[in-house]
Amino acid sequence: MSEERAEKDGGATAMRDCWSCGTAVAMRAPFCHACGVIQAPQPVDHFTRLNLPARFDLQMADIERQYFGLQRYFHPDRFAAKPARERALSSQHATDLNEAYAVVKDPLRRAEYLLVLKGRPVQGDACSTISDPRVLLEAMEMREELAEAQSATEIEGIIARVEGECEAVLDEVADAFAREAFDLAGRHCIRLRYLTKLAAEAHERRARLEA
Amino acid sequence: MQILEIHEPGETPLPHAEERRPAVGIDLGTTNSLVALSQDQKPEVLCDPDGSAMVPSVVAYPETGEVLVGELARRHLLEEPDLVVSSIKRLMGRGPDDLKRLAGTLPFELEPAEDGRMVRLRIGARRLTPVEISADILRALKARAERALGREIDQAVITVPAYFDDAARTATRDAARLAGLEVLRLVNEPTAAALAYGLDQGAEGLYAIYDLGGGTFDVSILRLEKGVFQVLATGGDAALGGDDFDHAIAERFLAERARQLGAEKLSVAATKQALVTARLAKECLTDRTQGEWVLDLDGRTSRHRLDAGSFEALVAPLVERTIATAKRVLFDARLKPQDVRGVVMVGGSTRVPLVRRKVAELFGREPLANIDPDQVVALGAALQAEALTHGSDTLLLDVTPLSLGIETMGGLVEKVIHRNSTIPVARAQEFTTYQDGQSAMLIHVVQGEREMARQNRSLARFELRGIPPMVAGAARIRVSFAVDADGLLTVSAEEKTTGVAAHVEVKPSYGLTEEEMAAMLRESMEHAREDMEARLLAEARVSADRVLLALRGALRADGGLLDGAERDAIDAAVAKLERSKEGEDRGAIQDAIEELDRATQDFAARRMDRNIAAALKGVSVDQLGRKTGSGE
Repeated sequence: MSEERAEKDGGATAMRDCWSCGTAVAMRAPFCHACGVIQAPQPVDHFTRLNLPARFDLQMADIERQYFGLQRYFHPDRFAAKPARERALSSQHATDLNEAYAVVKDPLRRAEYLLVLKGRPVQGDACSTISDPRVLLEAMEMREELAEAQSATEIEGIIARVEGECEAVLDEVADAFAREAFDLAGRHCIRLRYLTKLAAEAHERRARLEA
Repeated sequence: MQILEIHEPGETPLPHAEERRPAVGIDLGTTNSLVALSQDQKPEVLCDPDGSAMVPSVVAYPETGEVLVGELARRHLLEEPDLVVSSIKRLMGRGPDDLKRLAGTLPFELEPAEDGRMVRLRIGARRLTPVEISADILRALKARAERALGREIDQAVITVPAYFDDAARTATRDAARLAGLEVLRLVNEPTAAALAYGLDQGAEGLYAIYDLGGGTFDVSILRLEKGVFQVLATGGDAALGGDDFDHAIAERFLAERARQLGAEKLSVAATKQALVTARLAKECLTDRTQGEWVLDLDGRTSRHRLDAGSFEALVAPLVERTIATAKRVLFDARLKPQDVRGVVMVGGSTRVPLVRRKVAELFGREPLANIDPDQVVALGAALQAEALTHGSDTLLLDVTPLSLGIETMGGLVEKVIHRNSTIPVARAQEFTTYQDGQSAMLIHVVQGEREMARQNRSLARFELRGIPPMVAGAARIRVSFAVDADGLLTVSAEEKTTGVAAHVEVKPSYGLTEEEMAAMLRESMEHAREDMEARLLAEARVSADRVLLALRGALRADGGLLDGAERDAIDAAVAKLERSKEGEDRGAIQDAIEELDRATQDFAARRMDRNIAAALKGVSVDQLGRKTGSGE
């Protein structure tokens, strides 16, 4: 995990001394330009970490290209023959990249993370209270339906419907972000959260039924 | 040694020593182990002088005090079964509780374990831990590689089952340390297989690796794309393999035998013999439909028939378990069987026809076995060893096979890192105190998927002390988990309001303590002294060769500088060095080198003078050498 740094990257380029050769290196530079040695990762947000714009509308291919490309530089396998400190720093970089990738590639997590960055975090955690009465009613009905489903076909039907709903909500989330309607995006996220959870439970039941 | 300093121009007596140290790949298997080396992305298994690639993972400890590994040890299995250990991998990282569950199925005699200590096996007069026994296998592989390559090897990539927990991984790393090998990386076996397969066949897309070895089962789903090997999900059973097929057959034979001959109490040795016979039967039934086997145990003989159908009925429940696991992994990766472009078979047990049929049925396609399923893991390990030491364009992204968490109130588990997270990964969670004024907190680290802590693998317990008195729930204790690229866990804890910190390298509850490790290293140093002697002898011979080679060149060039008596003296010293070089006495070789050095000192000085004089005259040493050398 990266060390906290008081310094903030302002207009001028913030500098630090390379831990290995002492040359002044730009804060953001992951490698020393003088001796080429790896530097400690910076505490930046996940989008910046992956060199991607902080927005919801991102293509999977772009996310992966950035992630794989950066891991090629920083993965511990590239540093196996290097001294311990360089190995440790590479591990920190790779860990941060893995975390950034895990958040950014998942549309729901990406949306919620963006809302945190925008200062409009979705309240509560995974099983937070649903305040919208319509959403609440929908959630209860769907859950009941899943509990009553007996056959694989019935469960598959529910899965298909829930996943279809997820797709539709994702479009609405994208739309809300495009219009910078963050509170609306947040409300859609709550619905997406429970739909995703429901889909996972349905898959789980389907897998158990098969076993 | 001045004589070495004057080379013939353009002619170096010895090629420059290869600077890049080679690192090998090792597949440390339950039944067989292999060592391989890759150069320029062409991996090859290193064979013994007879050309055999596999080293049976069998170690014999005869009363004479020597240690035999591999085929030699296997021959002892029937003569002195008490002194021979096989399938030791099944005990790696296991505690006494696991063994109670396995007791009766494993032919080991165990020393009653002290609380929380690593189990020890009773082998004749010796008491050895699984780590030490595995280290003996690794030493044999290291020696094989050194013999094949003619140089010292001290770095390796070692493969472990993907489903190995932290304790078993740590035990493997410790065994390598004991054997004098630096582990560059622990690589998961199915991932290594994918690497060998993908690079060889240029595969792209989603692949399933079905790896059924002697004692472990893994299944991994990988995405192969433009040099990226990304593991999407992995699962398995660290206690399911071909050994269990053998057990099923042996049990059937022994039950028949009891009906034929009446009940008997079999010795451990007899059980081992029965297992060897069962294994033969299994191997025969791979391509034959039936056979008959004889058990000659404790002086009584029984005969047993088995056909392929009955064999399949015996092992069907075990194969079903692997299929259920494969389904689960597909589910974790959110994939359907038909999404997979190819299924790669790894491990000797995938030769069993029933296994192939069931896997083909699940994925709706014939599994691939283009690369020898016994060798593919070692080949992949060698590729990774080369990539880690010499650089590579491929990127390997693996995952942690089991969730990691800590025990909370009521014995429940709070997961901190979920299974199938890409490694390296770090995550932190906050916990709090549950009593007013609580000054310490016990942190119990567990690994596994079950709800209750006691149903999972206990990895470590440690205490965070010195929490200042606060009301219940006011303290903020941040527990951080980090899993590195080897899949090994480090845990630290900190009380956030005061900064009280505790840090542990997770030493599995049944792992080796530092003291035990130190004592074992001391012991292995003593073994190493013998190895060292052998190496020093080899080195002395190499320097003798070097001196002789250089001298011959010098004589060819400047032999005319010597009169008859001087030449005779040098020839005598050369003869003496050549004789001592054939012997085993390192001291004698050293002495002969020094003697030759003295005998040639004057010659060397004269050569030097002449070369300098020649240089001053503007005649090149090269030309001079050629001119005077012609007389030789």
